[in-house]
Amino acid sequence: MKKTLLSATIGAAVLGLGSAASAATLDDVKAKGFVQCVVNTGLAGFSAPDASGNWTGFDVDYCRALAAAIFNDPSKVKFTPTTAQTRFTALQSGEGDVMFRNTTWTINRDTALGLNFRTVNYYDGQGFMVPKSLDVSSALELSGAAVCVQSGTTTELNLADYFKANNLEYNPVVFEKLPEVNAAYQEGRCDVYTTDQSGLYSIRLSLSNPDEHIVLPEIISKEPLGPAVRQGDDQWFDIVSWTHFALVQAEEFGITQANVDEMKNSENPEIRRLLGVEADSKIGTDLGLDNDWAYNIIKHVGNYGEVFERNIGMSTPLKIERGLNALWTKGGLQYAMPIR
Amino acid sequence: MTDHAEAAPPDGRSLASYIYNPKFRGLFFQVLTLAITLFVGWWIFDNTTENLARSNTASGYQFLNGRAGFDIGQSLIPYTSDSTYGRAIFVGFLNTLLVASVGIVTATVIGFIIGLGRLSRNWLIAKLCTVYVEVFRNIPVLLVIFFFYKGVLGALPQVRDSLELPFSMFLNNRGLAFPKPVWGDGAILVPIALLLAVIAALAVAQWAKARQAATGRQFRTARTAFALLIGLPILGFLIAGMPLTFDYPVAGRFNLTGGSVVAPEFVALYLALSFYTASFIAETIRAGIKGVPKGQTEAASALGLQPSNTTRLVVVPQALRIIIPPLTSQYLNLTKNSSLGIAIGFPELVATGGTTMNQTGQAIEVVSIWLAVYLSISIATSLFMNWFNAKMALVER
Repeated sequence: MKKTLLSATIGAAVLGLGSAASAATLDDVKAKGFVQCVVNTGLAGFSAPDASGNWTGFDVDYCRALAAAIFNDPSKVKFTPTTAQTRFTALQSGEGDVMFRNTTWTINRDTALGLNFRTVNYYDGQGFMVPKSLDVSSALELSGAAVCVQSGTTTELNLADYFKANNLEYNPVVFEKLPEVNAAYQEGRCDVYTTDQSGLYSIRLSLSNPDEHIVLPEIISKEPLGPAVRQGDDQWFDIVSWTHFALVQAEEFGITQANVDEMKNSENPEIRRLLGVEADSKIGTDLGLDNDWAYNIIKHVGNYGEVFERNIGMSTPLKIERGLNALWTKGGLQYAMPIR
Repeated sequence: MTDHAEAAPPDGRSLASYIYNPKFRGLFFQVLTLAITLFVGWWIFDNTTENLARSNTASGYQFLNGRAGFDIGQSLIPYTSDSTYGRAIFVGFLNTLLVASVGIVTATVIGFIIGLGRLSRNWLIAKLCTVYVEVFRNIPVLLVIFFFYKGVLGALPQVRDSLELPFSMFLNNRGLAFPKPVWGDGAILVPIALLLAVIAALAVAQWAKARQAATGRQFRTARTAFALLIGLPILGFLIAGMPLTFDYPVAGRFNLTGGSVVAPEFVALYLALSFYTASFIAETIRAGIKGVPKGQTEAASALGLQPSNTTRLVVVPQALRIIIPPLTSQYLNLTKNSSLGIAIGFPELVATGGTTMNQTGQAIEVVSIWLAVYLSISIATSLFMNWFNAKMALVER
């Protein structure tokens, strides 16, 4: 690289692009000693700091799983909280190594934005939330409504398309940050709140009177949410992708945080291969990690089902059903590529 | 005194003679500074291009022709989600211009009143104006915007409990709805009449000035101009057969439908910027008036000028000379501060540009558009104010 430190600094200061996509992210991460994850500034259940300042949530656990795979230590993580508008620039400019931030995989983002998506850790769709007092039972009754939406999201585009396609009128009320949208909806600045349905359940909880609002049944879009990395580093892309597959595969095999040590003694060659106890297994080292990478993920974070239940499942206040996110063996879409 | 060059040894120029030569030294440092500036500029450009190429992001301005796909709540020109990104940014630009121009007018009026109020001999008025200035001058403008948006407008009733005002106007937390005028055939006569009135008023003013210079007799120019500006358009309106109907707002299922709505985001931003900037303008006005020596007023009254004429003809022209340059800065500040509208969701340039940036990922291009637009607005304002300043400057004889 012909650029010197000075030019990189100036470039970074002026344009925020100083350290874009260097070739070996894994080496950088190992040298730094932690994984830097781009996350949401605050979406309960997905990524939000708790009362003592620790980040928790579904997306946060993915970041910890990645740290466990690399360092055998889920605490070696740092977070870059971003708004919908700043997330791509943050990732492109190297302010994070990977993005786990309820972000929809679209062809535009996969190509023109210089990012790479491969896995979907949450199949979502866009929905609407309205106060019960409006007595609305379908999104098709919403003509003339004021709709609160976060700017710079696919949500904003789907909203425009849906109302246009159904010949309905609406008045968009657009804010950059999620808390501002929440406040505007709470104060009655708009009649309807629209975002990914998972987000709606999370946001409804944060309202002062959750029982007075309902999420309408319609889903008006496909929102496959998944991790993204910068283009140009295939090894890192593989590590992030297979971390997800390992989580899903572990659930399929019935390997949990509690029984993972026991499972090491399993006779099943597929389980032995995943946990890195097969004699000549090279899966981990081929990825650039240790052979017990998947064992470490499950040991520290659990399997996909456990991550889901712990953060957003039926036992949490969000009460989200597995639905499309059930394993393929149970009628859902979560399907891990073969680990062999 | 001997010149340095002559003091140099006869064999020519030693190095020291260059170092001690102020002319050479000055030139050297200027060239050095220029070289460093150019080099840094080139470096940034080169580095950016390389990083862009490396991060595989698309670049260039073609994206402006793409379909935007998102809607904008408040627009001065027809805009739908089918319009282009370029038009979306233009909508934001017009909104910025709108809030900046009405804000500048209002801030100037309030600033003038408060500034004069602080000079008032009435104790209460002077103190109230002082409190106003100190309060607004010492709060960050973002907080003033939040105050107006959340504090003042948050207190307004919900849409289903709208406050009914006279002339079929409704006030609620979604804005002020009022009947929208719909012009019929022949309405073009009204603006034509207004244009004629402006020309006539200017002609009258010129004639009155010439007559006063020749005969000393004064003419009530202001009243005549006022009558022309109001009377002619009304006459035109009557001749055209009153081609005006109104579209009244009525309560729909969710919102008021029909009519025009001034959104609360616009009102909050407009009021906040006006009140905030007015506190600075008030101080500028006060400084300007204080800056005119007392002897000028005394001399004017010794000449027999009435107090109103003293203010108009003696104090204000001299005060303006002091007021205009800092006033220009305040106008520029107000325009630039309007970008904070993004915090309360007003779709100005930074907001629509930001959405465009996020949907297309063209960060550098959008930022460069922002820079160019704000720079152009500021330079245009500066040029106008400099022209105004030159016109107002006293010609010293």
